[in-house]
Amino acid sequence: MNAPLPEHALQFMPSAGFRARSKEVVENPFLRKSFRGAMDFLIDKRITQFPDKEELESLRTLGEHIRQYNLGKLPDILEQLETRLTENGVHVHWAETPEEANAIILGICHKHSAKLMVKGKSMVSEEIELNHAAEAAGIDAMESDMGEYIVQLAGEKPSHIIMPAIHKTKEEIAKLFYEKVPGIDYTDNVDALIQIGRNVLREKFLVADIGLSGVNFAVAETGTLCLVENEGNGRMSTTVPPVHIAITGIEKIVEKLEHVPPLLSLLTRSATGQNISTYFNMISGPRKSHEKDGPTEVHLVLLDNGRSQAYADEQLRKTLQCIRCGACMNHCPVYTRIGGHAYGTTYPGPIGKIISPHMLGLEATATMATASSLCGACGEVCPVKIPIPDLLMRLREESFTAPHENPAMRGQGAGYSALVTGIWRGWAFVYRSPFWYRTVTWLGSRFGWLMPSKQGPWTTVRVPLKPAPKRLRDMLKERG
Amino acid sequence: MSARERILAKLRASEKFGERVEPDVASWFAGHRRVESGAEKAARFRHCIELAHAEVYNVNRGSWLQKLWEVLAAKEITRLLVSPGTEHGQRAMSGLADNDIECRGYDEAIEQWKDEMFHQTPASLTTARAAIAETGTLVLWPDADEPRLMSLVPPVHIVLLDASKIYNTFYEAIQQEGWKDSLPTNALLISGPSKTADIQVTLAYGAHGPKELIVLLLGEEA
Repeated sequence: MNAPLPEHALQFMPSAGFRARSKEVVENPFLRKSFRGAMDFLIDKRITQFPDKEELESLRTLGEHIRQYNLGKLPDILEQLETRLTENGVHVHWAETPEEANAIILGICHKHSAKLMVKGKSMVSEEIELNHAAEAAGIDAMESDMGEYIVQLAGEKPSHIIMPAIHKTKEEIAKLFYEKVPGIDYTDNVDALIQIGRNVLREKFLVADIGLSGVNFAVAETGTLCLVENEGNGRMSTTVPPVHIAITGIEKIVEKLEHVPPLLSLLTRSATGQNISTYFNMISGPRKSHEKDGPTEVHLVLLDNGRSQAYADEQLRKTLQCIRCGACMNHCPVYTRIGGHAYGTTYPGPIGKIISPHMLGLEATATMATASSLCGACGEVCPVKIPIPDLLMRLREESFTAPHENPAMRGQGAGYSALVTGIWRGWAFVYRSPFWYRTVTWLGSRFGWLMPSKQGPWTTVRVPLKPAPKRLRDMLKERG
Repeated sequence: MSARERILAKLRASEKFGERVEPDVASWFAGHRRVESGAEKAARFRHCIELAHAEVYNVNRGSWLQKLWEVLAAKEITRLLVSPGTEHGQRAMSGLADNDIECRGYDEAIEQWKDEMFHQTPASLTTARAAIAETGTLVLWPDADEPRLMSLVPPVHIVLLDASKIYNTFYEAIQQEGWKDSLPTNALLISGPSKTADIQVTLAYGAHGPKELIVLLLGEEA
């Protein structure tokens, strides 16, 4: 990889929109209330699933070990997975970029002259913007997870990886359904709303040409795709249509079936505080000739999209341990206040901050890692012990140090500013030298009145900073 | 080079570090739960799956058909999807015919009767291969006789479970039954009726799959 060109150094990043979007949410009491309420609910649910702290800690240690072990063998187990799936009759495809993944999926659709694709919940399909690509290709891609369905009807994107429509109140959803679903009466009864969604989507499952899903774990030794869900839409999408296409990041592979139970337990307990999800769907192949249902064709798309960059660095590789439970966002004081949309990336919250830079490059995500108080909650609750705060520190360093040769990340130095770096250098110099420290603080105590009354973002919500008229050392001297 | 070769080459270039010691899953589970009796496991299973909104009835080999009929009658269900290729399916077909319950056998590929499955099949009866006490979970291995959709499309799913087949944990089931060498095209863990909390974290049942899950727990007593 070449060193980034110098002109990249001071460019504005799309993540600059982050500030404006965050402000919008922070100033919206309804949104803040829904996020706060939902996150508190999920925090409580999780903690009741882990009454025994020792069990929790030993299980997290085991989960971390399983993920690190499997990442250590990743190329081998990817090949093993491919071999076993192929033996089982599943077609395996590899994609380096979102464009390649979309081309593979749409190619399969075209081969079957598909008009309608029903989708089980898949964040990777969001990551590659499959719905847009499908629309452009004249294929109707319909979300079937209730939350995703709501978000799609509203023309929005998920605001949480587990609960996509968490930002919407039932009244908003009631209004949305009334406007968008033909032939229904207005209702804001949650059961009735779910029944409306059920009835609409059942008719879609019935006629869909393609079912698309994500994968929670892929087991190499058996060639098995595992899906975790509560609604049954994942099972519908993978069972009813004649063709099933699954898509997953290359990191979600485990070598052995016995690695699954501990990870499944950590996942559902950390995500929604359930001891297990309603369905755990293990798919090891298409319908056999004597079977009466199930897809006759199954495909798996393995997507890289920057994951191999994280893989190449010992510390950054830990990012790939993630099992996508969302506990880090549920416990994040920043996420709780600004919600998922403010981040402007597919994956929001702490995990989004550490994984998105590999997918989008630091050019587009340079400031994301700074949206953190480094309180450490995310790292403490992570079921596979990803040291998220350490990774945030590392990403800050990657973003804001001057561009250099052989960077570990695409866009290294994208947030670098010679002025800011110069100011910090001066600061460090003054603090290292007793003479200059005394001189500068003395000047500060005498000329504090010269401080401007407007001090940028600081004074938008606070009184101006002004050095004290007497330094601590002066006061101590007076006391003798 | 293909995308496959490029991805694998990049990963192979970074193999110099990483965890090599295999995780000891077995020893974690060995210390996880004490050995429990069959009755304890059945009670734990029942407790957990009832918390997830399933209905459980203790039955025995002589009484389950009567209980099945009672459940259907109470819910005013007059059509039941069964598997004609299984013993329990045949018993249901012959036993319920005299009681105004029409039994539909899953005897042809879904393409032949998809619309009927979706619109005129209010309930189904299947067995469970096993169960898991710790999480209140049914293990189903759909096959040619009891295909996958039987446990998914009908709004009421009734399951016959032999109480002697309850394992303590998912791990125990996988190990003792040797799953890694025998997985079917689709294996399922089912832990209650379909549900969602996607609207304002309010729990609602019957999202896409069965609205009701009924377990007939086959034991010695009852």
